[in-house]
Amino acid sequence: MAARAVSLNRKEEAGKLVLEAAGRWISSFAGQTEKLVTDAETRRAKSQAVAIDASHIEQLDTSGAWLLERMRRGFESGGAKAEIVGLDPRYKILLDEVQQTNTGKNAEEEHDHNAVENSLSYLGEMVTGFVRDTGEFVQFLGGVVVTFGRVLVRPWTFRLTSVVYHLDRVGFRSIPIIVLILFLIGGILAQQGIFHFRKFGAETFVVDMVGILVLREVGVLITSIMLAGRSGSAYTAELGSMKMREEVDALRVMGRDPMEILILPRMIALIIALPLLTFIGSMAALFGGMVTAWLYGGFTPEIFTERLRDAISWSTFWVGMIKAPFMGAVIGLVACVEGLRVQGSAESLGEHTTASVVKSIFLVIVLDGAFAIFFASIDW
Amino acid sequence: MANVETATDTPKMPLKQADTQPIIRVRDVWVSFGEHKVLKGLDLDVKRGEILGFVGASGGGKSVLMRTIIGLVKKDKGMIEVFGRDLDKLNEEELQAVERRWGVLFQQGALFSSLTVRQNIQFPLREYLNLSQRLMDEIAIAKLEMVGLPAFVAEKYPSQLSGGMIKRAALARALVLDPEIVFLDEPTSGLDPISAGEFDDLIRALQQTLGLTVFMATHDLDSLHNACDRIAALADGKVIATGPIGDMLKSDHPWLKAYFHGKRAAGRLNGKRN
Repeated sequence: MAARAVSLNRKEEAGKLVLEAAGRWISSFAGQTEKLVTDAETRRAKSQAVAIDASHIEQLDTSGAWLLERMRRGFESGGAKAEIVGLDPRYKILLDEVQQTNTGKNAEEEHDHNAVENSLSYLGEMVTGFVRDTGEFVQFLGGVVVTFGRVLVRPWTFRLTSVVYHLDRVGFRSIPIIVLILFLIGGILAQQGIFHFRKFGAETFVVDMVGILVLREVGVLITSIMLAGRSGSAYTAELGSMKMREEVDALRVMGRDPMEILILPRMIALIIALPLLTFIGSMAALFGGMVTAWLYGGFTPEIFTERLRDAISWSTFWVGMIKAPFMGAVIGLVACVEGLRVQGSAESLGEHTTASVVKSIFLVIVLDGAFAIFFASIDW
Repeated sequence: MANVETATDTPKMPLKQADTQPIIRVRDVWVSFGEHKVLKGLDLDVKRGEILGFVGASGGGKSVLMRTIIGLVKKDKGMIEVFGRDLDKLNEEELQAVERRWGVLFQQGALFSSLTVRQNIQFPLREYLNLSQRLMDEIAIAKLEMVGLPAFVAEKYPSQLSGGMIKRAALARALVLDPEIVFLDEPTSGLDPISAGEFDDLIRALQQTLGLTVFMATHDLDSLHNACDRIAALADGKVIATGPIGDMLKSDHPWLKAYFHGKRAAGRLNGKRN
């Protein structure tokens, strides 16, 4: 049934090739129709005159009209004289319209690179991208500092409401998830410590390990990574969609500095929130360690706190806390730069949100390494 | 193949023998958002082969009716018949077959931003039909040129186009399967008067070429004058009047008077009459 929906019969009539097109030349059958047309074109006739008889076509749409026209052009380019005859007048306008299309050379640039060339150019793009990123981050940081300075001089331009709003979003609302995750991590650290230290009877040192590790490294790192994923991505997406809808430009033309209104409150909120969350998170991790040590290792909470007091000092605590605001600044910086880089499309928004999270986590870890070197050299 | 068959089992009615059987029949449709009732028992007929301009106050439910017909908004009650088939009584496959026979131009174009214009136009072809890449490319270019865009636009992304180009490219996508009905949601909004005028002409020309029925929600008085065969006016959740532009101008209904004889309309009409 479907096979007979379209047909194209050829006849030779007095030195003239007649192709009888019949049936429903519509897009639903365009696949079959195209095969018929291609067949007809390949089996070229000797005859110089070709008539495409369209009088039996019951139904025609753009795809069908185009295939008729393509066939006609095929014969014409082969040197024959071809014409479409007998088409139902109601389809005349459509055919005329279609005959005016696909005339120019399609302006399609096909770059045919090989794999080596591709990977080299990719590498090159990455390197220039890295250099550009660094430049832009530094420039942006400068901008934030200048804006901050200006706000200090003119304190009434400071957007307290905005800072509080963002503080609530990135700080207060992150508490449950940060507490939960760090509680679990503290517990896991203690469990692993007890399990392995038990082999050589050094179980009690698990408290030292958990205390130092959590306060110096794990607390601030996990909190930063969580905030990069949770709040950094939100910043990028918000700023990105504002950029897409020209809201950032609207602020600028109203004489307001987007840096002051959008960026600074977000940065300040992150810089304040991260130390607070780090503190809360570290306490949760120590508590998790204590609970595990009690249930799994048999240390009572009294013994745990006693050992903890011996094991850690103020410097252990401060090493973690000092790092936190810097981590907040890095996350905010990357998130805002990426947000403002978003171009018109939704795809670009997704791309930059991903980049924001990946880059800020990477930079948080690099920064943590730098701090580790620094604190080791001042012997803290 | 069965699906394809059902999709086309009613042959397209040629424009010239347009029958009086309405292609879209809306009866007693109620739509509400929460407590707010937007459409209150709306009736409307769209005849085959006509361009119907649908006017109404901003926020009065023009887009809502369009979106209800194409199934994006749920109605509380009422009946909508398209191609003589009650949309509520169709199963999923039949509904898909009906959906293939209409095209929609959204207000912002709604081109997929991650695809080039060519891929956007080819999207329905790729989803519904099994065609060679060459034929799909040629059809895409043909459609693009029919809506008045040069072929090189095909390789651009939507974010690289101007507002008018986006509308045209989106129209090309709406038309790629040669639908019988196109729904246009404020097609000329955001275009300059010259582009808007060209767009009206384009819709007229395409309607004649492809034998389309056009349902156009619009505010543009020029479009109503130049492109539309018939106008339906929506006020207070109901169609208060239908008829050609002449009837609208003569009507005594206060809302219609305000709409067609308001300050903005008056200057234009006087200009026209002289």
